[in-house]
Amino acid sequence: MAWNSFATPLIGKAVRAASRLAHGGGSAFPGKIVERIDPDFLSRTLAQLPLGVVLVSGTNGKTTTTRMVASMLESLGLKVFTNPTGSNFTRGVVSSLLAEVSLSGKLDADIAVLELDEAYAVHFVRQVRPDYCLLLNVMRDQLDRFGEIDNTARLLSKAAEATTGTVVLNREDPRIARLADVVGTEDGVEVRYFGLDESLRGFFPSDDDMRTTVDAESQDSLENGGNTVDSADRAADALPADVTLRSVGDHRASFVIDGETYETTVKLEGVYNLYNAAAALAVVRAVEADAQAMFLPFEEALAEASASDTADTPDANGKSGTDGASDQPDQTAANAILRQAGVSPRMIAFAHATTQAMIDAAGEVTPAFGRGEVITVNGSPVELLLVKNPMGFRLSLASFKPEGCNTMICINDEYADGRDMSWLWDVDFTSLRGTGVKAVSGVRAWDMALRLEYDQVPVEQVSTDLEETVMAFVNADPGTPKHIYCTYTAMLRTRAALAKIADVADAGVGK
Amino acid sequence: MGQVIDIVSLYPKDMNIYGDSGNVLTIRRRLALYGYEPRVHAYNQGCEWPEHVDMILGGGGQDTGQKKIIDDFFQRADLLRSLAADGVPMLMICGLYQLFGEYFETVDGSRLEGIGVIGAYTVGRETRMIGNLTEHSGDFGGIIGYENHSGQTFLRDGVQPLGTVDADGTGNNGEDHTEGARVNNVIGTYMHGSLLPKNPAIADFLIRTAVERRDGTFDPAAAGQTDEQRAELRRIDAIADRARRVAMSRPR
Repeated sequence: MAWNSFATPLIGKAVRAASRLAHGGGSAFPGKIVERIDPDFLSRTLAQLPLGVVLVSGTNGKTTTTRMVASMLESLGLKVFTNPTGSNFTRGVVSSLLAEVSLSGKLDADIAVLELDEAYAVHFVRQVRPDYCLLLNVMRDQLDRFGEIDNTARLLSKAAEATTGTVVLNREDPRIARLADVVGTEDGVEVRYFGLDESLRGFFPSDDDMRTTVDAESQDSLENGGNTVDSADRAADALPADVTLRSVGDHRASFVIDGETYETTVKLEGVYNLYNAAAALAVVRAVEADAQAMFLPFEEALAEASASDTADTPDANGKSGTDGASDQPDQTAANAILRQAGVSPRMIAFAHATTQAMIDAAGEVTPAFGRGEVITVNGSPVELLLVKNPMGFRLSLASFKPEGCNTMICINDEYADGRDMSWLWDVDFTSLRGTGVKAVSGVRAWDMALRLEYDQVPVEQVSTDLEETVMAFVNADPGTPKHIYCTYTAMLRTRAALAKIADVADAGVGK
Repeated sequence: MGQVIDIVSLYPKDMNIYGDSGNVLTIRRRLALYGYEPRVHAYNQGCEWPEHVDMILGGGGQDTGQKKIIDDFFQRADLLRSLAADGVPMLMICGLYQLFGEYFETVDGSRLEGIGVIGAYTVGRETRMIGNLTEHSGDFGGIIGYENHSGQTFLRDGVQPLGTVDADGTGNNGEDHTEGARVNNVIGTYMHGSLLPKNPAIADFLIRTAVERRDGTFDPAAAGQTDEQRAELRRIDAIADRARRVAMSRPR
């Protein structure tokens, strides 16, 4: 530990306050200062957490899933530290930690749930070995940043390798499922899978089997049966999944856990969001299993110790324990004893959470920024759908049916979106042929229009003026639901435009 | 419908990264709008080679994809070489462009043989050449695309590039300001985008050549092109033109 590390929270907070004044938002800058003056700050601060660190990474669904894991753990009673959307890099985590720690460097939380971009996950695990690692998928995304998809899988394997507790993997993604090989199982690290019922697998073709418009339409002339699924890549059934998404309905989902089927209503929409819920459930279950192993022995010892003390003391209701006093020790006294032992009563409560309680918690999660978020404008529900890569776009198109809705697509090519437009050609847009697309906008509106033209999807309006086009689109046809597909920076601009005329929640992503 | 034109999409399962399937889509749609009947054959390793081939389109792939196709590719090498020598129009992007050359030497020094249709060799480098790119060519005017490769390709003396680039650090090798290659009617290039939708001049060159080889002349009117189809092509090209202008104005 550096000699000056006691001052880190103070310095960091001061820099953070100053940079907020200067930029009007917390940036990564304070993180940069702290990384320089106190490189151990991150690992030292996170090491205090009794339940450790959950790392979430993968191409699609990081933000939604991180939000799910965090909010499920919170509704099960834990104090959770999580990094806000858009700061999914190491320095961003340091910056948000600075906001949370006390001046003495204490972090008031039981567990951290952190979303990290694939490349930053590698950086992060060099400093902090996560207790849990949830790896969602590897897909073609921002190849200009990471090179190739196999390279992305290699990045994620570093995270799996560094994990000390449980690695939770997507059984249906061959590149992810394969990472079980690098997990340190000989050191007691556990591997768990989340999976899909066979009936739902059609929604999630493997990225390698991506059927494009050409494939889909030239089946008749495909004399050679070109695109068959590699059976070796689909040996998924051999692996038992801890949590399986079984079925999906209108705001309903069912999961199979330990051979039992649990049904719940859900606030999230779209089969891919609900598959993320299965992933989140698997992680929460892994954390709970550890909490049970770690903390329930304390409770038993406590129960035995307090059995004699409390037997003759009436409880809060003035009744003495009738079912055997050991079941109901005086909560305040018990908590005091637990605290002395360094065990928060929150842990005990969490360790007792039932599977049904977890499922209910999953049902309460609301969509994250741009993942099926609905904004009401002029009485019409406007659904904002973030699209970042071909598979995500295809899943969104499959999940949100265009019939009865007006559709708009906004494509930008800023650094955060990815500069390369090639990905649009890996998405099959023919499902929009029937309804057509009302408006296309964004910097690359004409690239998108050209793409739709080649899929013979009728387009009404094309304009690179995003604000004006969004306004005209949402105000047309009052009462008709609307879908706006946006890339990342197009989403920020669309939300900002809508915020002028409607109630838009703060996404916490800055500008 | 008019005359059938047979197009082979080469290894679409393993060599179609970065949206290169957009090229197949573009050829298919434009051929139909010119009044011809496109027939796309998805040729993957182990498949039967189609009886008739008028055009071949190939894309880029991952290292793992290249490994999967390489044995089959070598088995088809003589066939591909003779078709290229016969003047069959072909478009090979990125990974297959490299494999159509003489060899690829990886960063660690190991050597992967190509099939030598194009007099060029490629050397793997640590730095990736990546970004929007506009190149200049006499036959096709400005060519708009997006390059993304770590292999640097050097053309043998006398091999014609597809086009020239202005900036160092772009194109075939970052040094000699060439991009791509042309041998007979074979075009090799690093340009994704997809290439053909925003470069209809290249698409039409491939189409015209394919049709002329099969029919003797390229004559859409005789093939039965309707006024609506002609208008549709004009509309598509107007959109492509807007997309090209935006693409040229964007940062690398």
